[in-house]
Formats: sequence, C-alpha cells, structure tokens
Amino acid sequence: MTISRNARFLLATLLGIGLAFIYIPLTVVVINSFNSSRTFSWPPTELTTKWWGMALDNTGVRDALKWSIIAGLSATFIALLLGTALAFAVSRYDFFGKDVISLLVVLPISLPGVVTGIALNNAFTKQLGMSTGLLTVVIGHATFCIVVVYNNAVARLRRMGTSLQEASMDLGANGITTFRLITLPNMASALFAGGLLAFGLSFDEIVVTTFTAGPGIQTLPIWIYNNLFRPNQTPIVNVVAATLVFISIVPIYLSQKLSTDSSSGGRF
Amino acid sequence: MQKKRLFSQIAVASVAALILAGCSSSNDAASSSGVPDVPMMESLGAGEGQVNLVAWAGYVENGSTDPNVDWVTGFEEETGCKVNVKNGATSDDMVALMKTGEYDVVSASGDASLRLIYGGDVAPVNTDLIANYADIFDNLKLQQWNSVDGVSYGVPHGRGANLLAYRTDIVNPAPTSWGTVFDANSPYKGKITAYDSPIYIADAALYLMATQPDLGIEYPYALDQKQFDAAVELLKTQKPLIGEYWGDYLKHVASIKSGGTVLGTTWQVNINLAKGEGTKVEGIKPSEGSTGWSDTWMISSKAKNPNCAYMWINHIASPEANAGVAEWFGEAPSNAKSCDLTADKNHCATFHAADDAYWEDVYYWNTPTEACLDGRTDAKCVPYAEWVKAWSSLRNS
Amino acid sequence: MQNISNTMHKNPKLRLAALLTAPILWLVVAYLGALATLLVTAFFTIDSFTGNVLQIFNLGNFQDMLTDVAYKNVVLRTLGIAISVTIICTILAIPMAFYMAKIAKPRSRKILVALILTPLWASYLVKIYAWRTMLEPGNGVLEWLLGPIGFKSPGFGGPAIVIGLSYLWLPYMILPIYAGLERLPNNLLDASGDLGAHNWHTFRRVVLPLIFPSLVAGSMFTFSLSLGDYITATIIGGKLQMLGNVVYQNFSINLPFAATIATIPVTIMAIYLWMVRRTGALANL
Repeated sequence: MTISRNARFLLATLLGIGLAFIYIPLTVVVINSFNSSRTFSWPPTELTTKWWGMALDNTGVRDALKWSIIAGLSATFIALLLGTALAFAVSRYDFFGKDVISLLVVLPISLPGVVTGIALNNAFTKQLGMSTGLLTVVIGHATFCIVVVYNNAVARLRRMGTSLQEASMDLGANGITTFRLITLPNMASALFAGGLLAFGLSFDEIVVTTFTAGPGIQTLPIWIYNNLFRPNQTPIVNVVAATLVFISIVPIYLSQKLSTDSSSGGRF
Repeated sequence: MQKKRLFSQIAVASVAALILAGCSSSNDAASSSGVPDVPMMESLGAGEGQVNLVAWAGYVENGSTDPNVDWVTGFEEETGCKVNVKNGATSDDMVALMKTGEYDVVSASGDASLRLIYGGDVAPVNTDLIANYADIFDNLKLQQWNSVDGVSYGVPHGRGANLLAYRTDIVNPAPTSWGTVFDANSPYKGKITAYDSPIYIADAALYLMATQPDLGIEYPYALDQKQFDAAVELLKTQKPLIGEYWGDYLKHVASIKSGGTVLGTTWQVNINLAKGEGTKVEGIKPSEGSTGWSDTWMISSKAKNPNCAYMWINHIASPEANAGVAEWFGEAPSNAKSCDLTADKNHCATFHAADDAYWEDVYYWNTPTEACLDGRTDAKCVPYAEWVKAWSSLRNS
Repeated sequence: MQNISNTMHKNPKLRLAALLTAPILWLVVAYLGALATLLVTAFFTIDSFTGNVLQIFNLGNFQDMLTDVAYKNVVLRTLGIAISVTIICTILAIPMAFYMAKIAKPRSRKILVALILTPLWASYLVKIYAWRTMLEPGNGVLEWLLGPIGFKSPGFGGPAIVIGLSYLWLPYMILPIYAGLERLPNNLLDASGDLGAHNWHTFRRVVLPLIFPSLVAGSMFTFSLSLGDYITATIIGGKLQMLGNVVYQNFSINLPFAATIATIPVTIMAIYLWMVRRTGALANL
C-alpha cells in the first residue's frame, strides 16, 4: 500500500480521537456506577459499591433482562425466517414488483421509531382490538429487524451463485436435501451475522417498545427509563449499563469467531 | 370564603359541563348527568386471580426494586390476585392505556381523571365496598377531579403542591411570589426552569388570576380564549428566561444541584433529594398559591378483574400501603392514619399531609374542558387538546 | 414431505409464492397497513371533551400545522440537526474506517471492530445521561478535563443534541463504510498511486466514489434515526424540541394531530429513500 508515513500517522491520530469520543462517556458511565451521588454529580466526591449491591438485589432488572432476551430472540427468529425467504425470492426469481422489495424492507427502520410506534399502537389497540403484550412487542421488533437479515442473506446468495445448488441437484439430491446440505451451511455465517445485529437492534430498542409493550412486560430499556423517573434508584442504571458493556464481549467475540471469512465479518 | 364560593360554582359548572357533554357525545348511552352510563359494582365476589394496573412509577412496588419496599407481595398472598403493572410516563399515556380496555385500575392524576370519566373509560366506585375509604382526608373526597354529581369515581391516593424552588445561596432576596419566574428582567435569566407539560399553562393562569384581575380568571383550569391567550402570552415572555424545561426528576435535581437551575417550579420530593445531597435549596408555596396534583385510583369500566380491582384499591388506601407509597414516592398520604406508620416520623409534617389550611390555595390539576369548569355558562373554555397544541407551538416558536 | 418437495421443485411459481407470502403479508398488510391507517387519521378530528377520535374528514389539522410558524421552525431545526449529525458522523467515520480496513493488521482490526461494536450494547438512555454529566456547564466532565485549556461547555441545547445523537449513531456509520472499504481491492489504491496520484487525490477520485453507497447506507441510519428522535432532545436539548417531541406530546390526547405532524418525517424519508434508491445503498445496510 502506498500510503505515506504522514498520512498513516494522521489517520491513526484521527482514529484515536474517534475512540476517545466513544470511550470517554462510557468511562463516565462506569465511574458513575460507583458515584455516591444519586444524580451523577461530577467529579464524584465519594465512591461507593452500594449501587452494585442494590442492583444485585433488584429482581426487577433480572425480569426485564429476561423479557428483553425473550423478545429479542423471538423477533430475531421471525426476522430470520422472513428475511431469508425474501432474500431467496429476490435473488433466485424474477417477479413483478421485485424492485420495490428493497425499498419495502428498509422502510420500517428508516421511518422514525415514534411514527412506527404510534402506527402499530393505533393498529393493534384501536383497529384490531388486540391486547398489547409480548406478542405486539415481538411483531414491532421483527418488522424493523427483517432488513438486516435480508441484506446479509441477499449479499451472501449473490456471492454464492447458483452453481453449487445446480451441481447438487444434478447429482440427484432433491430441493430439501440440497437446501439442508449445501445452501444452509453456506449461508450460516451470514445469517448469524444478520441475526446478531437483529438481536442487538431489538435489545436496545425503546421507542417502538414504549408503544407496543403491555402490562406485565417490561424490557430492559423500558425498565431503565422507568428507573430514571424514581428518586431512589437512579444510579443502578449505570451499574446495569456497565454490566451490559462487559457482557457484550461475548456476542461480539462469537460473531468474530464465526465470521472469519472477513467480508461478511465486516458487516458485524 | 372566596374559596367556598368558587367551589360551589364549580359544582354548578360540573352539572353544566355534564349537560353539554351529554349533547356532544351522541354515540354513548348517556345518563341524565351526561356522563356515559357505567354501572357501579354492587357487591364483591371472589378474586379473579389477577389485576392489571396502570400506575406512576413507584406507586406499585413488589420488592423487585428494593427488597424492603414491598406493598404488593402481601396483597398477592392474601387475596390471590397477581398484580401486573404498567408504568405510565405521563397522564396522557395513562389515558391512552386505559382506553385500550386492557387494564383494570389506574392511578390517575387530576389532568387525566375527568377525561377518563367523560370518555366512559372508568366506572363509578362503590365506596361502601372499600373499608379504608372512611379514613381518607375529607378534603380529598368527592372533589371535582374524582367525582361527578356526588358520585365518587375513585379513591384519593396522595397529593403534592407544585412549589417554587430557589437556591438559597444564589437567589437573593428569597422569592415570595411566582412573579420571579415571569420577570423579564430577572437576574437569573437562563437559569429558571418550568414544568414541561401543557398543564403548566395553568401556572401562568394562576399568576394572572392574582395579578391581573381584569382578566377575570376564577379557576386556572377554566380559561376562555382571551384568558388562555393571555396565559400563553405570559409563557412566551417567560421563555427567554428558561434554561431548561423539566419532565423527569433526575434531570431536574441534577440541574438544581449543579446550579444550572436556580429558580423554578418543583415538587417537594425533589427539594428533599437535592437537600439530601448537600444542595442549598428551598421550596416555598408563593403568595399566589400554587397548582398541585392529587392522584386517584380509578377502576376501568371494562375491567376484566373487577373484584381484584376493588381489593387492590382497598389495599392501596390502607394506612400501611398508603404510608409506604407516600414515603417511597415523596408525597402527602391520603389516609389520615398513615401518618403514624411512616418510617420518618416527620414525613406528614414535611409534606403538610394533615394541614388543611395549607391546601386551601392549592389548585389541583384538572382537565380543562369546553364547558368552563368555573361555572360560567356564557363562555366557552379552551379544551385540553388545544392546551397541548398551544404548548407544542409555544415550545417551538 | 418428498412429494411436497417434488411438487415445489417442478413448479417455480409455487416455490416463489411460498417464499413471498409470509414476508409480503407481514410488511405490506401489517406494517404498511398500520402506517396507512395512521396517516388517514390525520384527516380526522377529536371530540374536544373525551378525546375520542371522530371520523369526520377535514383538513383542519393540516391547516393548523401549516399556518403556525412554530411547526416550520421545528421541521427546519430537526432537519438541521439530522443533517449536522450525518455530516459529523461521516467526517469522524471515514478516517476511522479507513484505518481499520486498510492500515490496521488483521489482528488489531478485529479488536478495533469489537471496540466500535461495544458501545451499541450500553443502553441508549444511559449513554445520553452520561452526556448530561459530560456537558453540564460549570462542572461537567468536559470542562473538568479541558477547562485548563480554555474549553467551555456549549451547555444544553442544539449543539448538545447534535453531539449526543452523533455519539449514539456513529457506529452505524463506521460499520458500513468499513465493510465497503474492506471489499475494495488494495491493488486499486496501489494502481492509483503508481500512476502518480497523491494520497488525497487517490482518496477523492478512487476511494470516495467506490464507497459512496456505503456512505449513503450509513447516512440512512444517522439521518433517519436523528430525524425521529425525541428522547435525546428531552434530556440534553435544554429548551429545544424536535419533531418527534411534538408527535409524542400529541399522540395520546390528539392522535389525528400527531398523525398530521408524523406525515412530515414520513414525507422527508420517502423523498430521501427515493433519491438514494439508485445508488445501491439500500443493500449496504
């Protein structure tokens, strides 16, 4: 590569500044989880571990985590099914209206969450007379998660081409066997990458969730939102956030491990 | 005495409002009073096994937040009613949630309760079925925001006044009037705060009520177009003074503590919290009186679990639970017997729970309707939906 | 099973139908249907007493929206914020992504990708509150750190919103650009260099056009997520509101008016999507 020394140095500096921009606030979150002030005043006059203790005792946060994981996994599952089916249809067939599919799948994530949220809320509760609950949260999340699975799957299908499939069919395997033994294994890492991103999107989603969650279901972001409004508990949200950052190493490590063929690894 | 007259007028107005409401909502079966005819529960049966609540954060604690803060588990064990709760972030949220018909009970503030009653979303409450109702402070019962025509629509929960906070080490002299937050030449320009909700228009109206008698404002939630415009105009002149509008307590307290905010509307609980962290701040009820809030536990007209709903309302009005909530949330309890049960023995004194005189000039949040709530029949008042639009407009003009 | 499979294999139309039915039903009927229902509500009104929606066709809401200068202000302000956020994220992301994709060694590249992904898992709300602590005028973290070199916090308001949103969405800009750069063959850059082009020239004439779809893909996130945000503005926006706040405020008391306001971001995004449709950006998300 013909990149001059100076340019390299400049780029490294800019990267450093970017990383500082990303990590200084996260450091503040971690420090504030030890800050004895209930309102995060800076600099901390006294450090304490009591918020960590309170967070451990707090069963509400564990329930919320459970709901977030259930909702995230369900939404990811639906997004995987729908996104993959759509990707197959688009990359292997010709049909009327194919051009607008990419526009259609991208719509739920590109329109503001507050619009998607009130549209779904209005449809569920006023038009359909449904109860809001886990189901409606999952429907809402799956809708905007389809696009990430779809894009990953389409990209992979395009690179795979059809030759392997044809070879398998020529050798006598039927459609299902071919899909099971050839297509699926080749798509696995792309689907995993898409699925992970979908789960991540669902996990930290708050706006659509606000409008679609019913009684008895409180996802982690909603729990955090509610806790910011009660006078006694605020600092434990920093504990939760700090913990999440540390836990996130697991899925990130997994995704990198599984996507060693780097061009899809690049997309998460 | 002024006060007495006002309330009798309000009673008359309520009747007028009902008649008008009856005319305008032709699609609901309306009783003679104009409120949708929702039957009242006659007797209690066995619990249904669960109850779904809409409540302010901190009103329904089952120990999941703090193992020592729990007035739900005991109730669940005793009655067999499992409690599911959804926290509403604003009064508007709560109304929307109740309209879905999925919830049995709501802790409605005064700016939500009338809307719920007239929308036919909540049922009259048979107070004979609620043993603890007898101990509720009398000046909270059968008020304009929780009853219609002497029929109670819920059980009062707690109350608080919207106070004027000031940093004692910065604001000098100490304020005595709301005028300090509307003073265009205020030395504290950019460090004043106001509550971020359309209902804050009533605070401006309250100030005008005292300072501009020509406008003829009698009740800050009953404003005809001219009075309403004057209040909004006052808020427009106030806007350059504002540093931040606050909605959540955390932002508000942090700002008071840092000195970003030195003067403005607050709640008692915020003052206590900031003081607890060593901030020099006081909250007063200025000479004009103040707005305030009084929440009411109400039961949905479409309740699927009415028996458990009644049991919950009775439970939450009990001295033990009421004291627990009042202390956890930071408000004045509604049950007279709660004061003996609070962990902090000064709690009721701090929050003026039993001090009737203190509440005389507190105007609890109410829902403005087209029929003026102050008894005028010759004028049309600005309804709440218009307050919301005006607030959106004000915040962005 | 075998039979189904055979029938499916022989009949491509059937296979296509099987693949398309569920996703199309979901996206068109459930999602677009809900959206259309909401937008139709914009032409309704409410009972001023109960807040119930009355299905009487009228244009009053649009009239209110168009005649009040406040709504023009909030639209322009929101657009300004969304565009600023997109520009800042682009400027920050390109050098970072370039270093990651073209200079860093494979091992450190992985670590860098992980470092960019990590903040996505810390809660949105917690991060914005952290920025409140950062920007607090007088005793925030930034003034505490940089005060000695004369830094003054901009306080809470427009600049704070732009900083906060840029912070939240930066990873969504870095990742597509990084992926785009990684797909770019190194010898292309070498060739340009061999032909005598300078670094900057190579970047502007060769790299930038090739990663343009990735840039647009990133901007879809930064722009649209900023356009619809209302929580950041509430927490660090000082006195300012954004379009999302107005929609949120009116939602429960006056759904028709909230729907009317919602038509603005929907229209803006529709135009935006239409414009970028041909760049291939939609496949790069």
